[in-house]
Amino acid sequence: MKKLIIFLLTLLSLVLFSFSASAYENEEFYKGLEGTTINVFNWGEYICDTNEDGLIDVNAEFEKLTGIKVNYVTYESNEDMYPKIKNGGASYDIIIPSDYMVERMISEGMLLEIDVDALPNYKYIADKYKNQFYDPDNKYSVPYNVGMVGLIYNRTMVEEAPTSWTALWDERYEGKILMIDNPRDAFAIPQKILGYSLNSTDEKELSDVAQMLIEQKPLLQGYVMDEIFNKMESGEAAMVPYYVGDFVLMQEVNPDLDFVYPEEGVNIFVDAVCIPECAQNYEAAIMYMNFLMDPEVALSNALYIGYATPNTGVLEHPDYAEMRNNEYLYPSEENMPDTEYFHNLPQETLTMFSELWSDIRIHGTDNTHIYIGFAAVAALVLFFSIRKHIIQKRREYWYDKKD
Amino acid sequence: MKKKSLSKKLTASPYLVWAAIFIIVPLIFVVYYSVTDGNGNFTLEYIMDIGKYKDVMLNSIWLGFIATVISLVISYPLAYIMARSGANVQRTMMILVMLPMWMNLLIRTYSMMILLQDTGIINTALSWLGIPPLHMINTQGAVVLGMVYNYIPYMILPLYSIMAKMDHNLIEAAEDLGANKLTVLKDIILPLSLPGIASGFTMVFVPSVSTFYISKKLGGNTFSLIGDVIEMQFKSANNYNLGAALSLVLMVLIIVCMMVMNRFTGEDDDGGVLI
Repeated sequence: MKKLIIFLLTLLSLVLFSFSASAYENEEFYKGLEGTTINVFNWGEYICDTNEDGLIDVNAEFEKLTGIKVNYVTYESNEDMYPKIKNGGASYDIIIPSDYMVERMISEGMLLEIDVDALPNYKYIADKYKNQFYDPDNKYSVPYNVGMVGLIYNRTMVEEAPTSWTALWDERYEGKILMIDNPRDAFAIPQKILGYSLNSTDEKELSDVAQMLIEQKPLLQGYVMDEIFNKMESGEAAMVPYYVGDFVLMQEVNPDLDFVYPEEGVNIFVDAVCIPECAQNYEAAIMYMNFLMDPEVALSNALYIGYATPNTGVLEHPDYAEMRNNEYLYPSEENMPDTEYFHNLPQETLTMFSELWSDIRIHGTDNTHIYIGFAAVAALVLFFSIRKHIIQKRREYWYDKKD
Repeated sequence: MKKKSLSKKLTASPYLVWAAIFIIVPLIFVVYYSVTDGNGNFTLEYIMDIGKYKDVMLNSIWLGFIATVISLVISYPLAYIMARSGANVQRTMMILVMLPMWMNLLIRTYSMMILLQDTGIINTALSWLGIPPLHMINTQGAVVLGMVYNYIPYMILPLYSIMAKMDHNLIEAAEDLGANKLTVLKDIILPLSLPGIASGFTMVFVPSVSTFYISKKLGGNTFSLIGDVIEMQFKSANNYNLGAALSLVLMVLIIVCMMVMNRFTGEDDDGGVLI
């Protein structure tokens, strides 16, 4: 009997819970596409995918709500994502590029137009994130997250708290410095140190920047992206330039980690949800876009990803109060660093970027030992072939003699 | 003399179709991309460009070569011992050799990284024992270690199979005729196992030279192997033409290396042994 009561109680609570969990706004907006599929292409570690601690597993909830199956694939950087869309062969319905990449994709006609007025949840987007430079008429994108790049460091591994980007060139931390593994973000740091614009197209300036990155190479432990979590949390590395939102999460794991917006200034960015031209399920993509802006969903994402959010429904939510007061995520006026957005660059500059980046990456150490090694191997090869030849000749001689 | 019947041709056809679609056609694409520019016009610019990547290429071939030699030195005695053991021991050893291959390459490499890190398992153990930590990760040595660890089964297997087939009577005959152990090894076992060495060499050398994941994880990405550069051209730099040109040159270089190798092993089969 007791068991039965417990069973019934559990059942009841389950029913109640599932009712409360599916309280999204405008549920009728999500009807009519049951049984279709949507392909979502997003950054790694960039969506809430757990139900723990009262969070919402966004993709699972979307599937439950709409009956649309979500295929979820991730990429590591804008530069990794771009060729996959550009060269076709893959079909994605949702992508989440950063501002400058949105600008580039719009200019190359790679995005489909959307009507934001038809998205019921668009009203939650804060006004200051509307009509941004990359999409002045809000025709192609809705903002997803906002962030800045700063310097994450391990308090126990540095002698004094860094305040400048030049700490990444400090020889005392040789082998303990990590560098961000994508050209735009990596170039931005010397650009700020040298006082150049992040959107410079000047060849001389860019080659100065590349030179600085080459000089930095011997001090580096590696170029990394998502592995930064692992390496910083375990104390394997002392400092790395990375996105502030990720710092908030890392600090929860390793409280020794600290963060600074270096005095030279930093990059600020908006990542925005877009529908690429290759989309096959446009209607579902619109639903997905709207779903991501639902305050409950956006709250889960904001808590889970740790990035600052453009969603007013989240900013005012009581569950978000603690993060809202995080001084790194939402710096107050007086602590706000100098910021600069990335813009799309002309094709020649982009080509130069990727050439310089590849030069930096292949710039290697001294190769003399390899030449010596190859010479030794060649000498051995020569020695043995001559020896073999002599032995053979001698044998032939003996055979001839016997005959 | 041997005229292939229709049925023989038919049995071979699935593989021929497979090879045409997945080997020949991609190769044609590689060649096509490497001699054209982004707009499809003929150019040799990218092939000429490879001078810039000379050091990276040499470094990759060198590290691949070292990894192959190390694998050979480790595998040779092991394969011999395996081939001479009882059936049960052979089976167990074979499973032990194959065991790591049941795991995905990426996971194997990732676990190597966790072992070798400054705060990794080996260094934690060393510090418990009071031994100063060793810096292993992000060095060329770590990359070579990763290559050896990942590809050594491809060296052991061909060596083992050739040694298991080896006619033991030849060894006994040599011993009867007064040859000491060293002479037996040098004049009987080594020449007889040359084909095994050659195929093991190829199977370790080729993937080692063109690897990219291992160097990325264990080398910390600060020095690039040619595989990394090629991957970058396709993955993020969006320069398929340069990537294809580099692949083509790498392929040619590997073929040259293999030809040098075959000069030694191919002729010795009938030369050194049978006379």
